Amino acid sequence: MSLAHRIIPCLDTDGSRVVKGVHFEGLRDAGDPVELAARYNAEGADELVVLDIAAARDNRPTFLETIRRTSEQLAIPLSAGGGICSLEQARAVVRAGADKITVNTAAVQCPELLSRLSAEFGAQAVVLAIDAKRDGDHWQVRIRGGREATSLDAVEWARHGVTMGAGEILLTSVDRDGTQSGFDIDLTAAISNAVTVPVIASGGAKLPGHFVEVFTRGAADAALAASIFHDQIQSIRALKEFLRNAGVEVRLPC
Amino acid sequence: MNVTLIDYGAGNVPSVERALRRLGAQVETTNNTEKIAKARCLVLPGVGHCAALIGALDAHSLRHPIRQAIQRGTPFLGICLGLQALYESSEEAPDLPSLGIFPGRVTRLPETVKLPHMGWNTLTSTRTSRLLASIPAGAYFYFAHSFAAPAAGQESAATCSHGREFIAVLEKDNLFAVQFHPEKSGAAGAQVLQNFLRAAA
Repeated sequence: MSLAHRIIPCLDTDGSRVVKGVHFEGLRDAGDPVELAARYNAEGADELVVLDIAAARDNRPTFLETIRRTSEQLAIPLSAGGGICSLEQARAVVRAGADKITVNTAAVQCPELLSRLSAEFGAQAVVLAIDAKRDGDHWQVRIRGGREATSLDAVEWARHGVTMGAGEILLTSVDRDGTQSGFDIDLTAAISNAVTVPVIASGGAKLPGHFVEVFTRGAADAALAASIFHDQIQSIRALKEFLRNAGVEVRLPC
Repeated sequence: MNVTLIDYGAGNVPSVERALRRLGAQVETTNNTEKIAKARCLVLPGVGHCAALIGALDAHSLRHPIRQAIQRGTPFLGICLGLQALYESSEEAPDLPSLGIFPGRVTRLPETVKLPHMGWNTLTSTRTSRLLASIPAGAYFYFAHSFAAPAAGQESAATCSHGREFIAVLEKDNLFAVQFHPEKSGAAGAQVLQNFLRAAA
């Protein structure tokens, strides 16, 4: 027996409600984060991610309240992020009940943020979220919810982020996100093999076979999905049983 | 059951508190020397860098009362860094002596595996454990750490392996500690906390 591969449902919120969209656009309501958190906790999720993806993050107190109420439902770890760009904001998120802080755009703009977070909370609490889009033979880092291009190469940025203090990479394929056509296996393997920290693969999940692929060929340590769980296309328990039968080590709760 | 939860600012204090309250414990969170000296049951949580924990214990003059409480036999549960702090020192902060209840040094897990050791892993039992009572063999617990204590000591009741073997469950009389996070380990973790509360009663 060794470390289990993790299944992580993601709640993208507008601060208070879970929303979803394709390619980061066309958002629609997908439920109450607190109810969904309780359901996933009971179904055997290994961890939960809650993100504030509202374009104008003018409602931070609401999001903190969502973290607080969500974490109360959980006996598993909770990551939270979305627009965190200072130590002070990270502290508020941790005080509200998050175990890990997810940073994306702010880390690209100021990589020292990763070092500061890591020094205060430990590397195990710092998740560097990278939105990557294929560009020829490499992947380009995108920021602001995938809308804005950067000059950074995703593999290089992942390596640098770990050097700066990230303890985990949450890697989203902008090309696959919302398409339900499977994870970007090449991207995931490229990043996972380039860094010394765990990698969470995200974007494109639908079929149980997609998860098998990303854990084996993609070398992912964890896989994240949203709508297939919210819409009950896939139950976490059934997915884990499928993975176990396929020879992928997972935690099946008693 | 009255539990005194040592609050030196660690990130997981609220979730440990919540998990203990769910089990019916009366929890007081404090960094007050006298309250800790007089406690009937102590929990030392911790996550992050060990210098933060040891530094905070010294800043609040808590080193002495915690050592005394343990030596008196006050039921004690250390979680994650709260386990590591029981040894002499840690490679993570080589110049800071830890609580030194047990001999040995906390060291970094090997670079041959991904670090931090983050996620759910199983335990290998080395002897009968009160903390693991009525928990099925093969149960998973949530870990989030890069440093760990040696596996070999008499105090070890169960080990875990990630790159190398390390102590996961420590038990000696009324002194208990776990490297994993029982407050984040689902039903199995809640059972560990329940077992501790029972042993402490």
